Amino acid sequence: MNFKKFRRLLGKTAFCLLLLLIVGYTVFPFYWAIVSSLKSGAALFKVEFWLSDPYWENYVAVFREQPFGRNILNSLFVSVSTVVVSLALALAAAYAIGRIQFRGRMLLLFMILGVSMFPQVAVLSGMFELINALGLYNNLLALSLSYMIFTLPFTVWVLTTFMRELPKELEEAAIVDGASPLAIVWHVFMPLMGPALVTTGLLAFIAAWNEFLFALTFTLSSEMRTVPVAIALISGASAYELPWGNIMAASVIVTVPLILLVLVFQRRIVSGLTAGAVKG
Amino acid sequence: MPMLMVLALVAGWPLIKTIAYGFTDASLIDPESANFIGLDNFTYLLQDSYWWSSVWNTVVFAVVSVSLETVLGLIIALTLHAHFPGRGGLRAAILIPWAIPTVVSAQMWNWMYNDVFGVLNHVFLLLGLIDDPVAWTASPDTALLSIIIVDVWKTTPFMALLLLAGLQMLPQECYESARIDGVHPIKVFFRITLPLLKPTLMVAIIFRLLDALRVFDLVYVMSGNNHNTMSMSVYARQQLIDFGGLGFGSAASTLIFLIIALFTIMYLSVARVGRES
Repeated sequence: MNFKKFRRLLGKTAFCLLLLLIVGYTVFPFYWAIVSSLKSGAALFKVEFWLSDPYWENYVAVFREQPFGRNILNSLFVSVSTVVVSLALALAAAYAIGRIQFRGRMLLLFMILGVSMFPQVAVLSGMFELINALGLYNNLLALSLSYMIFTLPFTVWVLTTFMRELPKELEEAAIVDGASPLAIVWHVFMPLMGPALVTTGLLAFIAAWNEFLFALTFTLSSEMRTVPVAIALISGASAYELPWGNIMAASVIVTVPLILLVLVFQRRIVSGLTAGAVKG
Repeated sequence: MPMLMVLALVAGWPLIKTIAYGFTDASLIDPESANFIGLDNFTYLLQDSYWWSSVWNTVVFAVVSVSLETVLGLIIALTLHAHFPGRGGLRAAILIPWAIPTVVSAQMWNWMYNDVFGVLNHVFLLLGLIDDPVAWTASPDTALLSIIIVDVWKTTPFMALLLLAGLQMLPQECYESARIDGVHPIKVFFRITLPLLKPTLMVAIIFRLLDALRVFDLVYVMSGNNHNTMSMSVYARQQLIDFGGLGFGSAASTLIFLIIALFTIMYLSVARVGRES
């Protein structure tokens, strides 16, 4: 009996250790970034796990030494416009695919899924030419436009999945009452799709906020850069003197709002992610 | 449908253009004056040892990091599947790496990997695991491994959440009868959980493989255009933008597209099989 009790205790301890290990593994790198961002130049180069007195100068320096405020506004503009346009387009498309019977519907859906698997680099040169032809090089609209390639397939796919689960009787009643398809989308589906729209919008926002390849290639001046490009290209006096304090401060600034968003909408994000992958 | 028009504009048209450029000697400065040169770009590409090393790096990166992610993700998913106080907190904690932008994770780890001031060298030296500080991202022996570790850290949460969703959909009856029969938990895992979870696992693995094969930002931020770690996407972008070889870079892009398309077709057939069963 005693042996069994001991084994149980051992099992419990091992489980707790496992939990601690998982939390440490996932949280430590970000914790370290925060600690490093609050260290002065000299303290930065000593490894200390606790912070004795926070040093805020790095956070000021990021905004002083490069147009980081402008970069944040750029990222916000690009992400929000991408989300709004792709949600509007995807909602109409999801209605058509989920509700209206037409030939080649499945083929269309698989084609959209196929586009979501596109490696971005495969369209890079064609996209470059398209953007030049439209005169959008080094313009934020180039990013909003090109980001459609990964936000649209994803939003269409998830919204179609949600649309299919809604009861058909609702819109049948609306059709009997003589509502137009647009009115049906607007008055019947919009209220019901609210949660789904928030989820997909949030995931599309994160994807657009984090995008790097297009943002790096289609912008030139530092005023036009989005946040990821700005952080990747922060440099010091020489390649061997990277201003790590500034880099960490910039990283914390752009990540904290994102983490808060994700934690607040935790459940929705998990359901959106799994709807996109598992149910598909 | 307006959605289709936009998709054709941003996906269809650029793809066709890219493939078309692949057969020309176009340059970035003057794309108009391009001559058709047939398969020359492709034959040259297949002889370039840097292309092959980038293919090899990408494959190693994708296979190693996806396998590690699957194992770790499965462990975390099984942990989250158990009932214990603070489960919500753990789920929140594992979402943090997922929420952090890739570029930011790359920079955070770059700092931890720093050869002189990095926390990793400090801890490993204290523990006696290494005798001298290691230049993790610069040394050819450890550079690719360092990048893989960051990718595993960043994408394991996604894997864990997908697998957790799969675990929660499994029928409970099998587990109850196994418990009544007194089957050992490890046996239950290999005989019941793993076979039942196989469809979810397959989808998740292929999904992640596709993602890993097109890796760009992580490799680019962590080691730039270094040939020891260069991935296929970094190679194509370097040819295209830095060297201005619109035609040659497009040929590389087209080849990457074909490789990934092959995997996509596999994915679609697996997804279809999963849907029918």
